[in-house]
Amino acid sequence: MAKTLFDKIWDAHAVNTISDGPTQLYIDRHYCHEVTTAQAFDGLRRRGIQVFRPERTFCTPDHNVPTKDQHLPIADPVSRNQVETLERNAKEFGLTYFPLGSERNGIIHVIGPENGLTLPGMTIVCGDSHTSTHGAFGSIAFGIGTSEVEMVLASQCVLQTKPKTMRITVDGKLAEGVTAKDVALYIISQLSTGGATGYFVEYAGEAIRSLSMEGRMTLCNMSIEMGARGGFVAPDEVTIEYCRNRSYAPKGAEWDKAVEYWLSLKSDDDAVFDREIKFNAADIKPRITFGTNPGMGIAIDEKVPGAPADASAAASFADALTYMGFESGKSLLGEPVDYVFVGSCTNGRIEDFRDFASIVKGRKKADSVTVWLVPGSRAVESQIRKEGLDRIFEEAGMELRQPGCSACLAMNPDKIPAGKLSVSTSNRNFEGRQGPGARTILASPLTAAAAAVTGCITDPRTLATK
Amino acid sequence: MKEKFTTITSTCVPMPAENIDTDRIIPARFLKSTSREGFGEKLFYDQRFDADGNAVADFPLNNPAYGGIILVAGKNFGCGSSREHAAWAIHDYGFRVVVSSFFADIHKNNELNSFVLPVTIPQDMLDKLLLAITADPSIQVIVDLENQMIKCDAIGMEYKFDINPYKKYCLLNGLDDVDYLLSRRDDVVAYENKTNK
Repeated sequence: MAKTLFDKIWDAHAVNTISDGPTQLYIDRHYCHEVTTAQAFDGLRRRGIQVFRPERTFCTPDHNVPTKDQHLPIADPVSRNQVETLERNAKEFGLTYFPLGSERNGIIHVIGPENGLTLPGMTIVCGDSHTSTHGAFGSIAFGIGTSEVEMVLASQCVLQTKPKTMRITVDGKLAEGVTAKDVALYIISQLSTGGATGYFVEYAGEAIRSLSMEGRMTLCNMSIEMGARGGFVAPDEVTIEYCRNRSYAPKGAEWDKAVEYWLSLKSDDDAVFDREIKFNAADIKPRITFGTNPGMGIAIDEKVPGAPADASAAASFADALTYMGFESGKSLLGEPVDYVFVGSCTNGRIEDFRDFASIVKGRKKADSVTVWLVPGSRAVESQIRKEGLDRIFEEAGMELRQPGCSACLAMNPDKIPAGKLSVSTSNRNFEGRQGPGARTILASPLTAAAAAVTGCITDPRTLATK
Repeated sequence: MKEKFTTITSTCVPMPAENIDTDRIIPARFLKSTSREGFGEKLFYDQRFDADGNAVADFPLNNPAYGGIILVAGKNFGCGSSREHAAWAIHDYGFRVVVSSFFADIHKNNELNSFVLPVTIPQDMLDKLLLAITADPSIQVIVDLENQMIKCDAIGMEYKFDINPYKKYCLLNGLDDVDYLLSRRDDVVAYENKTNK
């Protein structure tokens, strides 16, 4: 019977299926960060057991870390304790740990692929909803809770109910100035913040194929923002080239064998998906959000829409606009911006900083804006310096910081103050996400750059340098 | 170690907002603890308290008229971050059931793994229930997991809800998934050998 790629990978990892219940799914790769794992390690100690397959779990701190002066001890004692607890747990249970400040440190979803730990056809989990990022490689990657982290540590398996399959095809070519982030924000606004709940998404079509691995990671990263557990892109030559020579990727004959397998990973031509959705790349412009979930988005030159007809939805919509201080029927172009944040597991990779630099080059930061440029990893930071992008930022009056999750989620010193408007390349514009009372507009690195140099919401296409 | 789930009869706390995300349930800055306890006092913190830490009078959790161990929330409850701390906070605060018309996937699993029962009912029923319990906070709702029934006599509501039979068995018997998986380690070894892992 014809199968989707999702079914093929899932079935290849099913150890058992409980009758009337979930699948016992084998996990190839498990990532741990400091926020969602301590209680799982406690669980192992309570049960008196070891990690079942320690070679499959990799740990690094990213959420709590400051993005300045990383050579100093973390000032907040509670954050420091959480980071030290991860380090202690990794040591006690024999897991690989990339410490803060080391060459391999960074946001877990950035360093996994960089090090060749994320590879096609794998099952990958982490106590973090943006684990969907790794789907860019044609793997089944999804976020789990801490109880499930304990399951993986104890047995290298999770119990999961098999989701339904959805294929989202984006045909045609993306216009100049339209990035993977805009594609993601467009799709989410069409499906809504819960529109893909219960599904695993395969992204397909010419516009998706044309994306770099960085772009595919951005797109797959945002799958969770429409409720999908994950989203993936079938592996192709772009995937293979990215993986080649990465530290943990197979080498020699093993590599050749792996490539042959990886390139075989695709949905059968006549495979049936539970839901099929098609979009045209030509309909996608640079996007911004106006509300308090990622589904509340518009093209940058559109006006804020009116309230939905449904009464309870309308009430939540009104609350969102009140929080943001925006009005239906008004354009956000020209809206003054206080902060610009470039970084996170969504847009903290080298390509994102190249995009940002392409607009900033030869321009100055607007005086009224604070700009935080936070590379997703030490490797990204090194590459920024190698390419001289740091000098472009410096000349523009902008600061390149050290890697970490930073202002994406307000659990480290990088918080947006209450009431301030932030244009952020991160993934969530929830109330308080970037700090209590902070107002977030999600956008691409290009749109972030346009805001950084003009001090207001600006269509990046008007500033693009040929 | 774990509690066993029994039939619950309780008044409800209404939270009619839609798309309540897990950052709202518990903001990230409160996730720094390395234990599972104590998150209840931070539940819905930024809506429950103002910038000076004073209780916001009209927030449902601060309204003395509302109480009980059933939370009734607008659709797409628990979207966003996978933080299980959100489910721990709900449980630690005292809730044992969350009723909504739609739950986000990861959060739903996290509730089930944290001994909170997510009960999905149709949207029109949810709208009616929210209106009723907001108008009359003394209204009682019965949640019977064994028979998968949610009932509210005051509005003539009776609905058989869905739950995965395996998770139902775990909740009723106080079992957890790790115990089950540990009992299947031999199968994992066999799988690894078969697939050359």
